[in-house]
Amino acid sequence: MNVLLSKQLQAQIFEQMEATFPNEGGGFLLGDKDGDTTTITDVIAIENVFESEEQYHRYAMTPQDWMRLEDEADSRGLTLLGYYHSHPNSPAIPSEYDREHALPNFVYIITSVQNGKAVDMRVWRLRKDRSQFDAGVLNVE
Amino acid sequence: MPQIKIPTPLREYTGNEAQVVVEGTTVGSALENLVEQHPDLQPHLFENGQLRQFVNIFIDDEDVRFLDGLDTEIDADDNLRIIPSIAGGAA
Repeated sequence: MNVLLSKQLQAQIFEQMEATFPNEGGGFLLGDKDGDTTTITDVIAIENVFESEEQYHRYAMTPQDWMRLEDEADSRGLTLLGYYHSHPNSPAIPSEYDREHALPNFVYIITSVQNGKAVDMRVWRLRKDRSQFDAGVLNVE
Repeated sequence: MPQIKIPTPLREYTGNEAQVVVEGTTVGSALENLVEQHPDLQPHLFENGQLRQFVNIFIDDEDVRFLDGLDTEIDADDNLRIIPSIAGGAA
């Protein structure tokens, strides 16, 4: 899996993730999919609705957020490619909690934010048998 | 007949169809029919015979968990929708 992300959109994600620190932040990724290559064209921040006291290690969206963004993607001829979130003071590696909630054929971008500074971004995809994530190749240009 | 809107990442298992027409008079029987038509959906919707905790089923704007769950009766012109729970977090 190759994921193409512009420097501008990566900077947009980093800025959001640093602003939400020490809590987690996230949002949706829209764009185009061509075979094994995914091009992200839109990064849409979505409010973290997890319980406030747990947001330092948890992130969630509402089903209404999903409906709204999927309908928008479908109407614009784009694809709802995946979602991104941050791991404050933790590595950009999926947790078991991430795996339980994940779907195949979806792009998961995780940003590690250490002491308020975004330091690492990695891309992941769940195996079709749901057993684990595999790392993808993130191309930032 | 009722229709079910498939979430984007699972459309690979429905031949890229976003909407699938199903048979059934309840949410549960409609989902069973969906999985009969597209068996590869099964592990992503069900676990140990139960709807996975992280899968939400809506009829229009209503979550069936706040109705009668899988026993919720549906009409032929109802539009169902599968909505994954999007959540994550560090260990």
